[in-house]
Amino acid sequence: MQEQEEETPVFTEECTISVTVNGHRYEQRVPVRLLLSDFLRHEIHHTGTHIGCEHGVCGCCTVLLNGEAVRSCLMFAVQADGMVVTTIEGMAGTNSHLHPIQQAFQEKHGLQCGFCTPGIIMSVHAMLHENPNPSDDEIRHELSGNICRCTGYQNIVEAVRLAAERLREHHTEVQ
Amino acid sequence: MKPPRFQYCAPRILDEALTLLDQNGDDTKVLAGGQSFVPLLNMRLAAPAYIVDINHISELNYIEHEDGYLAIGATVRQRQVERSALVQEKHPLLVEAVKHIGHMQIRNRGTIVGSIAHADPGAELPALLTCLNGEVLVQSSRGERVIKAEEFFTGYLSTALEPGEMLTEVRFPLIASQAGWAFIEFSRRSGDYALVGAAAVLTPTADNRCMSAYIAYLGIAGAPMRGRAVEDALAGTMLDESTLDAAAEAARTLVSDDMSDVHATAEYRRVLTAELTKRLLKAAWERRRH
Amino acid sequence: MATRWFGAPVQRIEDPRLLRGRGTYVDDIDLPEMLHAAVLRSTHARARILSIDTSAARALPGVHLVLTASNLGQVLEPSPLLVPHHALTQPRTQLPLALDEVHYVGEAVAFVVADNRYIAEDALDLIDVEYDPLPVVHSLETAAAEDAPLVHADVPGNVAAHLVQVVGDPDAVFASAAHVLHETLLMDRGAAMPMECRGVLARWDAHEGLLTCWISTQGPIPIRNGLAAIFHLPEHKVRVIAPDVGGGFGTKIMMFYPEEILVPFAAIHLGRPVKWIEDRREHFISANQERSQLHEVEYAFDDQGILMAVRDKFLHDTGAYTPYGIIVPIITACTLPGPYRLKNYYSEFKVLYTNKVPVSPYRGAGRPHAVFVMERIMDRIAKELNIDRAEVRSRNFISPDEFPWDVGLVYQDGGPTKYDSGNYQAGLDKLKALLDYDNFPAMQADARKQGRYLGLGIGCYVEGTGIGPYEGAQVRVESDGRVFASTGVTTQGQAHFTTFAQIVADQLGVDPKDVLVTTGDTHAFYWGVGTYASRAATIAGSAMYLAAVKVREKAKQVAADLFEASPDDIELADGKVFVKDAPHRALTLGQVAISANPLRYAYGENARKLMSMNLAGPRPGPALSQERGAPGLEASEFYSPPHGSFASGVHGAIIEVDPKTGMVTFHKYAAVHDCGRVINPIVVEGQVHGGVAQGIGGAFFERLVYDEEGQLINASFMDYLLPTAAEIPPIEVDHVETPSPLNPLGVKGAGEAGVIPVPALFASAIDNALSQFGLRVREMPLHPRRLYELLQESKG
Repeated sequence: MQEQEEETPVFTEECTISVTVNGHRYEQRVPVRLLLSDFLRHEIHHTGTHIGCEHGVCGCCTVLLNGEAVRSCLMFAVQADGMVVTTIEGMAGTNSHLHPIQQAFQEKHGLQCGFCTPGIIMSVHAMLHENPNPSDDEIRHELSGNICRCTGYQNIVEAVRLAAERLREHHTEVQ
Repeated sequence: MKPPRFQYCAPRILDEALTLLDQNGDDTKVLAGGQSFVPLLNMRLAAPAYIVDINHISELNYIEHEDGYLAIGATVRQRQVERSALVQEKHPLLVEAVKHIGHMQIRNRGTIVGSIAHADPGAELPALLTCLNGEVLVQSSRGERVIKAEEFFTGYLSTALEPGEMLTEVRFPLIASQAGWAFIEFSRRSGDYALVGAAAVLTPTADNRCMSAYIAYLGIAGAPMRGRAVEDALAGTMLDESTLDAAAEAARTLVSDDMSDVHATAEYRRVLTAELTKRLLKAAWERRRH
Repeated sequence: MATRWFGAPVQRIEDPRLLRGRGTYVDDIDLPEMLHAAVLRSTHARARILSIDTSAARALPGVHLVLTASNLGQVLEPSPLLVPHHALTQPRTQLPLALDEVHYVGEAVAFVVADNRYIAEDALDLIDVEYDPLPVVHSLETAAAEDAPLVHADVPGNVAAHLVQVVGDPDAVFASAAHVLHETLLMDRGAAMPMECRGVLARWDAHEGLLTCWISTQGPIPIRNGLAAIFHLPEHKVRVIAPDVGGGFGTKIMMFYPEEILVPFAAIHLGRPVKWIEDRREHFISANQERSQLHEVEYAFDDQGILMAVRDKFLHDTGAYTPYGIIVPIITACTLPGPYRLKNYYSEFKVLYTNKVPVSPYRGAGRPHAVFVMERIMDRIAKELNIDRAEVRSRNFISPDEFPWDVGLVYQDGGPTKYDSGNYQAGLDKLKALLDYDNFPAMQADARKQGRYLGLGIGCYVEGTGIGPYEGAQVRVESDGRVFASTGVTTQGQAHFTTFAQIVADQLGVDPKDVLVTTGDTHAFYWGVGTYASRAATIAGSAMYLAAVKVREKAKQVAADLFEASPDDIELADGKVFVKDAPHRALTLGQVAISANPLRYAYGENARKLMSMNLAGPRPGPALSQERGAPGLEASEFYSPPHGSFASGVHGAIIEVDPKTGMVTFHKYAAVHDCGRVINPIVVEGQVHGGVAQGIGGAFFERLVYDEEGQLINASFMDYLLPTAAEIPPIEVDHVETPSPLNPLGVKGAGEAGVIPVPALFASAIDNALSQFGLRVREMPLHPRRLYELLQESKG
């Protein structure tokens, strides 16, 4: 918001916001009721984040907000003012090789229709950052906030296991 | 499912927020984590004309160890509490309860105080607060007051908050070092609102009897239910099988008749509550130190 | 010829795009000047519409159009009936907007177009509809009752259809059978719930007179044909594209949904593109549902456990309309005999209207019901005669040398229900091995001693797949050597971009990555039906194969002329074409394509290199001879099966029941399936996994709950419980392969297999776990509260 610190804040229906998405800063005037999911998809045309329910259950809309996995359908764009958002489009590197998580999903057939996939990959990204060596049970538990209707989760679990292994190896190598 | 129109403001100072809350009375809602509130807006089940977003009020972002309790400010995320070294050390029961809340994506945004203020009968924290005999700090431009948990939760999604008032802090009393504790819930899927659940804190005497028991249930009535009938059944006992059976029977009587929904009838909730009680008490008693 | 790619676990070609979030689903498409629509839906299950006041909505800034039925002119007519049938004597289909009466909560009543969806929803709130509520038919029982209210005033008894089929002489057998039992079995409503809701985007190009629609659908070609008729346009002036589709599972083969007519109507009227994206709440009350049937079944068997006759009478709930005819109950009737020698069978069903969301196929499409009934019968026979459940089934199986086996009924495609091949005993043997079936009783007994209740359940099925009428494919090699293949079927995650590429790559000697497959665009392929009924790989795959073979033959012919060799000596490999034993003197496939087009000029690297090679010149006579046929390396072929092919399988699971709470956990799940030859095993396994998960959902987590006013009371993901990764167990898959003799690939369909036996085996497992209480599960889906109640009833 562009209110100065000394001014008393007032109620508005529109705000100018500045959001960094995948390293790029976007400045836009938006209605206050615009959901973050719609901002990403339609204001800045990052359509990789998908909408499955708009009531916070399915996880298709998951993005990272300041590094934490959140449901973008349960936030207003104005709440992301000044924050850093990472979406699926930001996962592959600048040389556009697939991120190890994406690569693992390819190898293990961890997606079918692809609609829940971006949300799952963002959640997995956050999950593995916090817990680099999860058991299968932990993987399933942590994934329970993302619904997939195509895969039966079997191959997703295997993909996460493989991704975890590869990320650990890479981390060890880097060190 | 897009939210209806509203006017929005995001103050950075608590006093400003309280002033804004006063301006338009009960047509104003506070937005913190939004994990319960925004779905209602998206479904147009709520249509406040004014929304005050408190997420920028940094003075409300604290977890503090006070005398005998943890004080948590209104903008603290559930995930913060889950990861807090202070809370893990001082109040593992609180951590355990928080871990049962939804999924990590919810806990990354949802706030501790927000869950208390929302007062869903199936929510974990209101029941925990009731079990611990905790309290909340309520502020308005007219001043502040402290309300005990059992007086705060008045019914289904209802609290003692008056228009213009805001919950700014919740206080979770610490439990004695020798006390055993447990938090258990029955739910259909991982991360769902529980069908029924409960928190228990059992303190043993020197000769291994139950000196005091604090038990509160979620999902069995419109508000969290302190299980006094169960506590009474345990007093002075060693929690043998027949005591647990009696406790389970006592617990059944606590379930309100109007707690029937698509997931469970009141009668089935009684069945679950009885079984839950046995498991809960066993688990809590197991954790005691004597 | 040896195939390199057919049967190989090729990684999916479409994945990198989807993994990067670069899929193109309908809502991802942004067109200039695009407007957004929202639908006002009935809040009553049955009511007269007294008035609709749209004035406030029209006046809202940002609103461009508000439609009610009276604005639709000629377009206001019932949508086409998709699959007529002689027994469907009282079909009813929906108007694009309700006119005088609404028949279910969710029925479309008004349509708004605005600058964005937020404003469109604001406008919906301003539309005032006056309803006069009428008595509601909220269940099958209500619909069937003596003096039931009528869902449609002119449909007596709410009966849309009544069909009796008889095989053999069941009456005679019942009269003399050693054992006759009878029971009532119920399956209740569920829905597919793809993660992507429905969506329609339409653009009318007045200059070209072209209507383009992007629709999240499984059947763009029939939609194209319908829209052309409705809007009086030539078919080739309507283009319907199914872009990336986020799951279909049958929900999206239904047509016409009202929005599929309203959105193009609005786009034409406004002269601006209009997009409508369904939200999840709408999906719950307007996207088709399924699964509701009530069976009264009698069965006769002898002392050896041989099933001798079945009399099955059932009611099928079609909801408020019959848009998809009576396909689902027909499939139920035909699927019931299963893998067993049933020669005396009386099947009777009535399709009843109710004031609920209309019914059309959802993955399984009537088969889960049939399998539930038959497998309950098998388990009961086993129990009555104290014979092992697997043994009873073995005694009744059709054996491998008895094919083709004619069940004696007419299948959904109008052809005979004739099993082409199968080996059911082999499937059961594999399943028993996966579950360590023979040792389970000991394991179960040990668990009981610890107070734990484990149960093992099995379910066998035969599944009709690969029905006609036909599909087609075109394969074309362009001058740069890239191969393009297109077909009329669509894709919602079944990996057609990979499996079809594998088929073509085998014939043309290229890598599947070099075959670009297009599905679901009516301008890319004109003729076809759609993806449903486990038929795409079989039918479209066979057409792909035939087209690719033609192109291969042509390439050999052209190369033979250039190399002055015999076509039999020409080989295609690694993107090259050469005389065998002389690979050093090869042409690229692109060069052969250039040569196949007798123009005086050609462009590109391939063309330049071609000119410098010393190859034979053109023969005398017409450039395009009779035998050469069309120019280029291109062929279109169609495949039409004589009738469906029959896949099969056996699934099993080990569960644990907590009798104190009725909660159930899955310990182990195994699926053995036979879909004939397999194009890509990881794709087939993925399909099985996904189907199993939907089956587990439909057995224990998902149920649509309607109240007596016809209101769906659990219309959100919070209350309609889709299983998550924490509820679905690891799934082990094994295969039996009995090729189909009916198509050139030998394949059978696999898309629905996973879901079919799950309710049956779940019931079997629960009975087994709680056998000491004599529990018998007769309904699906179950949930803990209900299971607890049933257990108390059995005990008390």
